[in-house]
Amino acid sequence: MPEQLAFALEVTANGLMAGVLYALVALGFVLIYKASGIFNYAQGVMALFAALTLAGIMDGQVPFSHLINAIFGTDIHYFGWNVPAFMAILLTMVVMIALAYAVQRLVFRHLVGQEPIILFMATIGLAYFLEGVGDLMWGSDIKSMDVGLPQGINMWIDETTFETLGYGFFIDNLDIVASIVAALLVIGLVMFAQYTKQGRAMRAVADDHQAALSVGVSLNFIWILVWSLAGFVALVAGIMWGTKSGVQFSLSLIALKALPVLMLGGFTSIPGAIVGGLIIGVGEKLFEFLIGAPFLGGATENWFAYMLALIFLVFRPQGLFGEKIIERV
Amino acid sequence: MLYRESGDFSSTYAQDSQTFPIKFDRYRYYFVLFIAIVVIPFVINDYWVNSLFLPFLIYAIAAIGLNILVGYCGQVSLGTGGFMAVGAYACYKLMTSFPDISMLVHVLISGLITAAVGVLFGLPSLRIKGFYLAVATLAAQFFLVWLFNRVPWFYNYSASGQISSPERTFFGIIITGPNTEAWATYLFCLMFVIFSAYVARNLTRGSVGRKWMAIRDMDIAAEIIGVNPLRAKLTAFAVSSFFIGISGALFFSIYLGAVEVGEVFGIQKSFLVLFMIIIGGLGSIFGSFAGAAFLVLLPVALKIVGVDWLGWPTDIVAHLQLVIVGGLIIIFLIAEPHGLAQLWRVAKEKLRLWPFPH
Repeated sequence: MPEQLAFALEVTANGLMAGVLYALVALGFVLIYKASGIFNYAQGVMALFAALTLAGIMDGQVPFSHLINAIFGTDIHYFGWNVPAFMAILLTMVVMIALAYAVQRLVFRHLVGQEPIILFMATIGLAYFLEGVGDLMWGSDIKSMDVGLPQGINMWIDETTFETLGYGFFIDNLDIVASIVAALLVIGLVMFAQYTKQGRAMRAVADDHQAALSVGVSLNFIWILVWSLAGFVALVAGIMWGTKSGVQFSLSLIALKALPVLMLGGFTSIPGAIVGGLIIGVGEKLFEFLIGAPFLGGATENWFAYMLALIFLVFRPQGLFGEKIIERV
Repeated sequence: MLYRESGDFSSTYAQDSQTFPIKFDRYRYYFVLFIAIVVIPFVINDYWVNSLFLPFLIYAIAAIGLNILVGYCGQVSLGTGGFMAVGAYACYKLMTSFPDISMLVHVLISGLITAAVGVLFGLPSLRIKGFYLAVATLAAQFFLVWLFNRVPWFYNYSASGQISSPERTFFGIIITGPNTEAWATYLFCLMFVIFSAYVARNLTRGSVGRKWMAIRDMDIAAEIIGVNPLRAKLTAFAVSSFFIGISGALFFSIYLGAVEVGEVFGIQKSFLVLFMIIIGGLGSIFGSFAGAAFLVLLPVALKIVGVDWLGWPTDIVAHLQLVIVGGLIIIFLIAEPHGLAQLWRVAKEKLRLWPFPH
């Protein structure tokens, strides 16, 4: 087998894995968008916030310690204990639910009935706010995250591909775990939406707010539920990305990467988020490998996804799986 | 008592349709212009110009540009940083290729080049709307920044990949490079601000602006009553990018002097200008000024209060600034979606009735 083809195959495999991670973030967007029509720009920052909180709790950091030290002249940083990963994840989930409640109660409740674009801008404000709060709470230094996920090259794939193709693929164990988790998450979310009472209520709200209200679904509860679910997805994405590349500000930028994923897949479709993520992941890696690095000077990953989505949207404005947009005067 | 239109009669149509029909408003406007043109140049020094006046004036142009697109035409754009970069790099190429031509020409041509690029990236707006379009403009942002980073022709093959503005003059007065005087750079920028505000104000009052607003309020309905959406949207993109290009050119050549594109014209810049028009007021020229002033003053004020008075570390103040800006955006969107401009309007209304509330 020619070596170039083997390279391309490896790039494709890695692209698929990256795509899964994009899809993880995109899922959170879709959840909120379907249930409340809010395009939540803050999803990436929520992932960052969740990862920061998790890392902070595990290390036993005192929240807002920098701020407290600056105001009162004290010198406290750590409680002096380490919380086990499982407990810390639970605690972080509690924080995310509290956040969902606060966001719903303090922000979006007051913006009901506003135009979608106003809501979108409000989430940009929320993103800035959360980023500042996250940094104030836990400090802005880069943290490492270790919740016991396997990392490093997968030896089995390396050996098998070396035997069959004569070239060992480098695939990170973490990426494989992430793909499995993402698959489980999607199955779990679909099951939740299809078979539980709350899930059905959620779909009812997504379909028609007023009709859902009239049959006795509590909009407030459903929205808090949805934001909590999005917080949960953000936590999972935060754990994966945080383990992969450290908990730092650039984590919030993956939200921007998730946007073209959404545009490709359609804002309203959970399978669309997955397929869109895979297309973008593979597409940008292959483009960089085949055209970007040899001919265009590299780093085309920065814009390829947006361009692809832009060109795609011109031909199909609602995305691959989105609902057809019907406009009336 | 302070603010009256009584006794203020207009006897011609021209008087009736002028920008400031109330005499008090008109005189206040002349007064502000007088202060800005005649008084301020004599009293400012380098510190004031570089930390407050230049960023305020330049951001005001960018905010006017973005406001035309977002506030008047309803097309949300997150590509402001990229378009400012087009203006900056166009200006740099022009400055280095034609050193003898006046800066005035360079800056205006940079604006025109940016307008062309803006129209190109505005083309998808005919098919896609709302936040689909907002995300599509991100393509412009990332692609343009990448382009200026990767293609050496744009930065004249300099080793650092930066561009820095050589010394250029305007009617014999040095306005770029290290040997400038505070009043010269200030007046040069002020000239463009007055020009932009004048053009923008009159465009938005006329038929072009009304078409934009019709498209913003409901594009299908606008199309039915005879507004050509292609022309309306593309003119909005062109005019908006023209102003943003001018501000990018000034930002690079006059204010910063040297630019690294990813740092200066990144996505953060797009959000900053967007925040200016949200806080200032969507669809208002005065709002663009108010928002620019607010967001230029806020970091300076926070730094003075936090770092100099309270002695906090700078990183905490920087984080607090994020919290405050984010919180303010949300508060404004909830409490006053029309921004500072609306507060100003309400205040004027109250002053008209004062001291009798009805």
